[in-house]
Amino acid sequence: MTNLSFDDALTRFEPTLGLEVHVELNTATKVFCACPTSFGSEPNTNVCPVCLGLPGSLPTLNEKAVESIIRIGLALNCQIAPWSRMARKNYFYPDMPKDFQISQYDEPICFDGYLDVLVPDQDGSTTVRIGIERVHLEEDTGKLTHAGGSTGRIHGADYSLVDYNRAGIPLVEIVTKVIDGTKHAAPLVAKAYVSALRDLVRNLGVSDVRMEEGSLRCDANLSLKPIGSETLGTRTETKNVNSLRSVERAVRSEMVRQAAVLDSGQKVRQETRHFQESDGSTSPGRSKEQAEEYRYFPEPDLLPIAPDAAWVAKLKSELPEAPAAKRERLQAAWGISDFEMISVINSGGIDLVEKTIAAGCDQAAARKWWMGELSRIANELDQELESLSISPKQVAEVESLIQSGTLNDKLARVVIAAVINGEGSPAEIVANQNLAVVSDDTALLAAIDVAITQSPDVVAKIKEGKLQAAGAVIGAVMKATKGQADAAKVRQLLFERLGVSE
Amino acid sequence: MSNLSRAELENLAKLARINLTDEELTIFGSQLGLILDSVAKVQEVVNDSIVPMSHALPMTNVFRPDVVGQSLSNSEALAAAPSTQDHRFKVPRILDEE
Repeated sequence: MTNLSFDDALTRFEPTLGLEVHVELNTATKVFCACPTSFGSEPNTNVCPVCLGLPGSLPTLNEKAVESIIRIGLALNCQIAPWSRMARKNYFYPDMPKDFQISQYDEPICFDGYLDVLVPDQDGSTTVRIGIERVHLEEDTGKLTHAGGSTGRIHGADYSLVDYNRAGIPLVEIVTKVIDGTKHAAPLVAKAYVSALRDLVRNLGVSDVRMEEGSLRCDANLSLKPIGSETLGTRTETKNVNSLRSVERAVRSEMVRQAAVLDSGQKVRQETRHFQESDGSTSPGRSKEQAEEYRYFPEPDLLPIAPDAAWVAKLKSELPEAPAAKRERLQAAWGISDFEMISVINSGGIDLVEKTIAAGCDQAAARKWWMGELSRIANELDQELESLSISPKQVAEVESLIQSGTLNDKLARVVIAAVINGEGSPAEIVANQNLAVVSDDTALLAAIDVAITQSPDVVAKIKEGKLQAAGAVIGAVMKATKGQADAAKVRQLLFERLGVSE
Repeated sequence: MSNLSRAELENLAKLARINLTDEELTIFGSQLGLILDSVAKVQEVVNDSIVPMSHALPMTNVFRPDVVGQSLSNSEALAAAPSTQDHRFKVPRILDEE
């Protein structure tokens, strides 16, 4: 099978997308029992008879989880079902000790909504409306560690170890309708949707939505059909897509892979594929044909959910400002172009920039730091901006140190790196590492005098009017002061000292 | 009486991870047969005019406040596990080598 390029694939095929996003709610307790949901506890300590599926235990539904999913549904412009039930999804797999997962089947709590997302293109951006098929509530599964075998993967492992701390944490599954007609933009649309959804959920305060910790997970369904065809192609479902960047890469590489399969006259197999973070490819996982008989039936141990209209109306009236509205408001307040705004949104740093400004930073400087140096560091560390260990308040503090003349741009970068490295607050780092700009003229003049005595011939040239020769002396002073001096100031003092003027 | 074969019964027990003796298989086999017969009887009267029912009580919205309660200790949680390692449940191979 030959490799073909993304552009080449798009001359003959068009993609159809479907995205399933799982969001772990940040309730204090699990969805069906009172165990805590804290991340990082010792294995099998946040467990009880209910989430271990011990005989005789009965689930009880967490009210906050129901409230949270209704709020997500409302924010996604969904209808809220006046009556719905939980359902048992039966399967034999050790990530669920009960041998079934309590989920929802044909009666999701929320359905038929949409989310408008801003997708970057060559003219700036286009708004794409993504239809929401359903939003339902279920419980998360336990965490398996596969041991032995040749690859460390599930295939051929000698045995597996199970930690049920995560089993029963409330999970909201958000399923899009079929997303058609996106063509070459499909990877960007997928990324923009997950990014917008993450902002929306975070804005509601119902989840931490940290992709790297797994509190937001995305599965991407993709199929290709010949351009103009009415019939959908066979789809694959790519799992393990754990960052915004990976969403884009996974869709892109799966489009190219499927096009190559179809080009060679073969059929795409309907299967689950795993995204490989290392090279951006996907590889086959469990084949779908053998599974998928879940024998769903209404959960007899939980009563129907029938949110009354007044409660739903109250939750709706209390929704925070929608991210789209917020985007427009902030863009107007900051007075920046569509293009500049898109780059803020795409960086995933809109909230960070807003908070930095709220902490007293100038808007241009706040954008400069987050879009520039901090994005660069995040890329280098392969992290999302928001997971960098520097707060908006600290960024604002660095900027105020620049404004007060304590730091210059170069030193500010050193301070930022040190903050991220856990060396303390900006002020502490400046004090402890003696990083402040040398603005005391006595110290500078002393350094200049040393440099003058060390380069008598250069000094002679300067005195003859060859001012460009001053660079060497200024350089020596900067070196002596470890870059902490202001070069323009050194220049000015040097000329004063030598009695020449520019 | 419903025809639940010995092999089907053994498979069910295996899927449910319950070790049953020959004697127990005989006892539960006849009891399960009776249950299947009873369900079959109910199905005879099902028609379109009967709305399927999932719960016996006409109640909705039974919720629990989101307040942390008591969990088990690790040793309590693992007490009934057939096999454990590193404070985790140890389970047999799930999928064979590809």
